[in-house]
Amino acid sequence: MASLQLTGIRKSFGATPVLDDIDLTLEQREFIAFLGPSGSGKSTLLRIIAGLETADSGEVWLEGRRIDTLPPGERGIAMVFQHYALYPHMSARENMAFGLKNARVPKDEIERRIADAADVLEIAPLLDRKPAEMSGGQRQRVAIGRALVKEPKLFLLDEPLSNLDAALRLRTRVELAQLKQKVDAAVIMVTHDQAEAMTLADRIIVMNDRRIQQVGPPMEIYSQPANIFVAQFVGSPAMTLLPATLLDDGEFASVKLGDGTVVHTKVPRDGLPSGELRLGIRPEAVRVSSDKTGTKAKVELVERLGERTLVYAQLSDDQPITAEDDPYSHVRLGDEVRIAIDGAAAHLFGPDGAGYHRADA
Amino acid sequence: MSASRDWRGLLFALPFLALYSLILIFPLLRGVWLSLNQVDLFGDGHFVAFGNYARLLHDPVFATSLVNTFEVTLMIVPPLTVIALLLALALNRAGKGAAVVRGVFFSSAVLSVTIVTLIWRFILAPDAGLLGEAWKAVGWQPLPFLSDQHLVLPALALTTIWWSLGFPMLLFLAGLQQIPEDMYEAAALDNASRWTTFRRIILPSLRRTVVLVVMLQTAAQLQLFGQSQLLTAGGPSGASRTAVLFLFEAAFGRWELGYASAAAEILFLIILAVTLTQYWATGRATGAAGGG
Repeated sequence: MASLQLTGIRKSFGATPVLDDIDLTLEQREFIAFLGPSGSGKSTLLRIIAGLETADSGEVWLEGRRIDTLPPGERGIAMVFQHYALYPHMSARENMAFGLKNARVPKDEIERRIADAADVLEIAPLLDRKPAEMSGGQRQRVAIGRALVKEPKLFLLDEPLSNLDAALRLRTRVELAQLKQKVDAAVIMVTHDQAEAMTLADRIIVMNDRRIQQVGPPMEIYSQPANIFVAQFVGSPAMTLLPATLLDDGEFASVKLGDGTVVHTKVPRDGLPSGELRLGIRPEAVRVSSDKTGTKAKVELVERLGERTLVYAQLSDDQPITAEDDPYSHVRLGDEVRIAIDGAAAHLFGPDGAGYHRADA
Repeated sequence: MSASRDWRGLLFALPFLALYSLILIFPLLRGVWLSLNQVDLFGDGHFVAFGNYARLLHDPVFATSLVNTFEVTLMIVPPLTVIALLLALALNRAGKGAAVVRGVFFSSAVLSVTIVTLIWRFILAPDAGLLGEAWKAVGWQPLPFLSDQHLVLPALALTTIWWSLGFPMLLFLAGLQQIPEDMYEAAALDNASRWTTFRRIILPSLRRTVVLVVMLQTAAQLQLFGQSQLLTAGGPSGASRTAVLFLFEAAFGRWELGYASAAAEILFLIILAVTLTQYWATGRATGAAGGG
């Protein structure tokens, strides 16, 4: 049986449509990330599932029960809010107990669940503190605890890591991954941070412009982006896109770039649309060559990241391209360099933006 | 750092301190001095030490005025606080309708006490007043609100509540706006009924505002004067004479400035004591509620 099922969800705020015909099915115990930029509709979709917004049309089903007609508290869903939304005048224990008391869970059962959650989240010493007496990370644990004790069928996490500092964010990411193994429920996380989505999710739902752009496991999203939006949104720095003309021979597509460079891709020729194509290439597949072979490029910006160096350059037809170089690269701003494009890692995009990839990717 | 203090900073506060001393500290001390003298408007008067205070203790009119003041304050503050809170809850929403109604409820607060008592005289008058007509319409005998000893304080309280509603409502609205939206959403996901949300989430968040409203209104209503002076002049037979009306009559009716000042000092101490007690009691309640 599917965990969560969305069919034909539509939503507008006034005259502004925010969600357009969303269909989605979650497996049991699946960890899903809604990934997209601000305004893509991902938070609205989460709130519709929670019952904090009402969809204009469509249905929400959870484990065989239609829930979009139920009030939020009766849907079998728990949510961790972006700003935690802990009740400020209640201790951590009271925060966690509040929902259970309202649901008339017996007192000893409430205590057992709080003790269990405190154990898992290592917040037992905080139980009698109020939110104002805790750090951001501690508050978040309590917020997660408040969701855990409800033993929901579905967890909703709204940008769970966005309020934490960088170090804590990495640690919490690991802990969320561990937590996922322990809970017997599906999880949906809303995020605009692709690293979070990539590391935590079983499947990523990439959203933009009111619609689901692509659904798939993280590596599939990365290696076979369905369209230009997904290709550019996932991966950092973004994939380079270059106008390209298809050359007509061979089993795999070869294309000519604006500056005359020919790239032999591993994308099957069959099925490619006619018309103007675009070549998509990730920075790790573009290397600054040490010898005098390869495409000429002029260096515009050098970013030394420690484990690698990113070189933002311009081809001779002024097209921007991002390349990678060794950590101790000697490339400087304004240099003329030669770059090698690894055609085997290249993607092609049709005039409508749809992506085409090597068959075995 | 140098331990010596730079007193030049004081210069910046000087204009304020001078004005504050002139119009607040000096009259306050002057009042204390006056209360120790027997003074009338003409002549210098003479020092009587605590003579005025001793006389006040045995003055049944003063005692009645204090009792009246406490009674009317108790009739006003609790219902005023509850009604203002309920109004704020009902009107805490976006939209033109709510904004207009908020304005209507606040409008009474900008009226002067003369207008307010004029309006309420029309409402309370038994022969032609609004309430009298309403009573008659139901077939009852109209009630003489302003001339019955037992009805006059409730009538004063009613008038005052109507007049004073706007500002506490505004304070509660401001308090409600401080509660983040996700608090209500968390409560909805926690299966909290409307009543539970109010009792466990909204009310605790408004605790400081409730304390503020009760303290401000208590201090204000213990000084109730205009309504009593203009509606009934303290009558019938002193049943609506408040403490401030008493000292007004003593000072500007009988010209006993020293005696009136002594009454004013006593009222001042009472208000101070009541307010501090409220502050202390709510502080303790917070401490007992845990955490701190």
